[in-house]
Amino acid sequence: MWWRVGHEDHVGPDPPRSEWNCLLRAQGGREDSRSPCSRGRGVPRPACILVSAALKQGQVTPTELCQRCLSLIKKTKFLNAYITVSEEVALKQAEESEKRYKKGHSLGDLDGIPVAVKDNFSTAGIETTCASNMLKGYVPPYNATVVQKLLDQGALLMGKTNLDEFAMGSGSTDGIFGPVKNPWSYSKQYREKRKQKSHGKNEDSHWLITGGSSGGSAAAVSAFTCFAALGSDTGGSTRNPAAHCGVVGLKPSYGLVSRHGLIPLVNSMDVPGILTRCVDDAAIVLGILAGHDPKDSTTIQDPVKPFTLPSLTDMSKLCIGIPKEYLTPELSSEVQSLWSKAANLFESEGAKVIEVSLPHTSYSIVCYHVLCTSEVASNMARFDGLEYGHRCDIDVSTEAMYAATRREGFNDVVRGRILSGNFFLLKENYENYFVKAQKVRRLIARDFVNVFNSGVDVLLTPTTLSEAVPHTEFIREDNRTRSAQDDLFTQAVNMAGLPAVSVPMALSSQGLPIGLQFIGRAFCDQQLLTVAKWFEKQVQFPVIQLQELMDDCSSVFENEKLASVSLK
Amino acid sequence: MATPVLRWCCPGRRWVFAGIGGVSRHGRGVPTGSTSSGKRGQSSVAQQPLITAQKPRKGEREWAAVVGLEIHAQIASNSKLFSGSQVDFAAPPNSLVSFFDASLPGTLPVLNRRCVEAAVMTGLALDCHINRRSLFDRKHYFYADLPAGYQITQQRLPIAVNGSLAYSVCVGKRRSQMVTRTARVKQIQLEQDSGKSLHDSLRSQTLIDLNRAGVGLLEVVLEPDMSCGEEAAAAVRELQLILQALGTSQANMAEGQLRVDANISVHNPGEPLGIRTEVKNLNSARFLAKAIDYEIQRQINELENGGKILNETRSFDYKLGCTVPMRDKEGKQDYRLMPEPNLPPLLLYDSGSLPPGTDPQQVINIDQLREQLPELPRVTREKLVQQYGMLPEHSFALLNEVGLLEFFQNVIKETRAEPKKVTSWVLNTFLGFLKQQNLAVSESPVTPSALAELLDLLDRKAISSSAAKQVTDVKKGNPRAINKLIGLVRRATLGRADPTVIKEVLERQLSS
Repeated sequence: MWWRVGHEDHVGPDPPRSEWNCLLRAQGGREDSRSPCSRGRGVPRPACILVSAALKQGQVTPTELCQRCLSLIKKTKFLNAYITVSEEVALKQAEESEKRYKKGHSLGDLDGIPVAVKDNFSTAGIETTCASNMLKGYVPPYNATVVQKLLDQGALLMGKTNLDEFAMGSGSTDGIFGPVKNPWSYSKQYREKRKQKSHGKNEDSHWLITGGSSGGSAAAVSAFTCFAALGSDTGGSTRNPAAHCGVVGLKPSYGLVSRHGLIPLVNSMDVPGILTRCVDDAAIVLGILAGHDPKDSTTIQDPVKPFTLPSLTDMSKLCIGIPKEYLTPELSSEVQSLWSKAANLFESEGAKVIEVSLPHTSYSIVCYHVLCTSEVASNMARFDGLEYGHRCDIDVSTEAMYAATRREGFNDVVRGRILSGNFFLLKENYENYFVKAQKVRRLIARDFVNVFNSGVDVLLTPTTLSEAVPHTEFIREDNRTRSAQDDLFTQAVNMAGLPAVSVPMALSSQGLPIGLQFIGRAFCDQQLLTVAKWFEKQVQFPVIQLQELMDDCSSVFENEKLASVSLK
Repeated sequence: MATPVLRWCCPGRRWVFAGIGGVSRHGRGVPTGSTSSGKRGQSSVAQQPLITAQKPRKGEREWAAVVGLEIHAQIASNSKLFSGSQVDFAAPPNSLVSFFDASLPGTLPVLNRRCVEAAVMTGLALDCHINRRSLFDRKHYFYADLPAGYQITQQRLPIAVNGSLAYSVCVGKRRSQMVTRTARVKQIQLEQDSGKSLHDSLRSQTLIDLNRAGVGLLEVVLEPDMSCGEEAAAAVRELQLILQALGTSQANMAEGQLRVDANISVHNPGEPLGIRTEVKNLNSARFLAKAIDYEIQRQINELENGGKILNETRSFDYKLGCTVPMRDKEGKQDYRLMPEPNLPPLLLYDSGSLPPGTDPQQVINIDQLREQLPELPRVTREKLVQQYGMLPEHSFALLNEVGLLEFFQNVIKETRAEPKKVTSWVLNTFLGFLKQQNLAVSESPVTPSALAELLDLLDRKAISSSAAKQVTDVKKGNPRAINKLIGLVRRATLGRADPTVIKEVLERQLSS
């Protein structure tokens, strides 16, 4: 049920584009002159910028905004999106932000904006668990650089979001705090489609997974409990849940954003990810996070200037590549047809669209398995119960204490990866596995370089094989099989360190979001986002309608009300 | 196993069992001069000095011992290799521990420029090839004082390779002849030090101090070009002097700033090298040679008795004077090396390769460091020999004591006495007294000027050599020596001077 929308003329029965968009309508369609894309109605609005403008004009205070989000967090607690809600911290930050606004000294676009952070980023004074028994109760004494940068901009930290244990998974189902539920499970769009099929029996047991491992962050943004959230992306962990939850998920170029304070999965592939409700917001957050960090030697040295995305005007200069290897048998026909429609859209608007080849794509998964588990084995060695984290009661010997601590602290998935990784790193196996995987990784990276050197600006691919599946279906396969399937389109990007963004395109026949992925040249994140923004504007992805659910709880969940209340 | 009694048969060269009698049956000449560098295999085996051991009634077999060293030198730097924590040997436990040092999750290493410079300078001083691109690896093992579960090191592509270390040992009948030998430097790598564990067996607990965790180390790997404890000790001593001259390490063994592991094997000449053992943590100059010689003899005994040498790690028991297997190193260790993903390759430049317009703070220029290299001990000694006609062993002796060379040079500056006389006075009389009193040069009550003046008097024959020695005696804190001087003065004045006045004058003079 893909629908194409005219550029400026979309008015009518379709759901509003975003809550701040409808907020404006409620206010009488006031245009914000600061908005870089304020050309008429029906255009997706940069939520942060608009809220920011509202804050500056005193239409809403940071404390009101903060309380609104806190109340939404409470109402949507059953989603299990948050592990820790830092209510006191957020309210205090809101209070300080409010003082700044009163003095007219706001710190920037993020001042007073509620954000959430995946629970694998260190937050000073706030428990950081990685959804693992190993780190339950661990309170870091320092902030991750990206967290500090958000706070320095005056952002309000609402809490820490749920994930798969140590970010190992693609469902956000394998953490000690239980699975995250996809807000779309409770959307009007999905429920209506389901009613037609299965006559409303056993409704709640069919809740959908969010994808992962940054499922908590995706759900938090999707359910309006914050405006932006940090995820992490090692093989698709930001883009995958973004696609399933109908939000924008950006994986920046490796080295553009500091990893200091991000509890690592695979150091050579991890990147802090950004989840927002529109591309412009992702660009704003990226502008704040990007740049050299003296605490992370792998960040770029060149200074990064903050940027606003231009509107793409001359489509004829744009060349979109469609990698033929991504057309796999496992790809659902619906995603496939949306993918080709997107390609047609670019072509019909004047862009050059060509088929390209990334011949080593099929080796990506197995190669990733070797490299990922090896680094995991190494990174997890520090969790021995001595300096921090869980420690068992056994004190027979140091070795016995290590063994029991690690057995109790890690789940099966983590332990399994540690075991495989140590196997690959053994002296007798190193050449045959690790070194070979590194060579294959180089070939995969070279595939991309070749394609970009041939004149392609951006690659267009699916993000996931299909829309989100019900939890009951998802857990029929084990974590490893699931990860291998679900990372298919996203993982090679991490191997090559490229920027990529998943943009929600449309709802499936089941009423669930489907996202497409754009892949850019290394460090051409801005160009990538510019294309993504153009695409976002064309497709007019519908806003999630949680009214039915919200009515059960409270009327404020209704989008228009939320919007107008916020602004009064 | 009984500890075999060892004694020198031929200086520095041969071992025999006690009781056989010190007859050198083979009469092989002692190789002199430096061993050639760069080649291994057959030719170098032939170069291995031979060690003779014999068991009664079993006929005689020749044994050659091969010793290689891994020397860990703590880098003299203000902060640690990958973190901003201070480096201080004497700080209270766990007072110098950054989040990174304690391996808090999410922390990342940031390379200390000073440590890289120290490694480059050391590499240059040891004639190494400096790799323009080097890499860091993780070496994994679980140990309580290794918080991350791995050590960041440079096993695969280290910062410096293929150098040489020239050192000298005494040979000849009276061990008075100095010969220079060379040990090839396989590589120099930058790596992290571990913390310290204190095992309290009484309360069955282990206490951990992480102050040392993450301090920068230079691991200097010497090829197995040495053949006995004495050679190894001399090589280590020379390296110590070089590091101290460069200022790249204080290299104080007592404070653990220089630690040595020795790889030791024995074989019959002409046959392949034997299975080696590693003797770890040789942290004192005194025990270094002892431990190696013990281990060589132990291996010979073992093989002579039909036993086998196990590839194992041993430690030296200072009290018993023997090496013993290390219990916690039993079993095969697989360090599961992998590249450190959080550190990009370390790139170094020379004046030719320096990209234009680079910020000098961001890059390290090898040529610039080469220009800044101080004079190395070998050159200093050569100069002493040339300038003052001194015997080589005297030049060694002058450099061996901290501050002695400077003292010597200050005396030379101020006296008209012959350099040979100064050398003899400094090395025999002065140094002898210091040793007797257990004093460092810096603690000496005798200033260089005082000694210079004394030598001037001696030179003008104003006083006799015995009187001069009495003066130094008084200076060294022997008050009774002044009586002898009073006697000398009375004799010189033909008994006309008042002894009390003489004493007063002498005391005033001597205490100045």
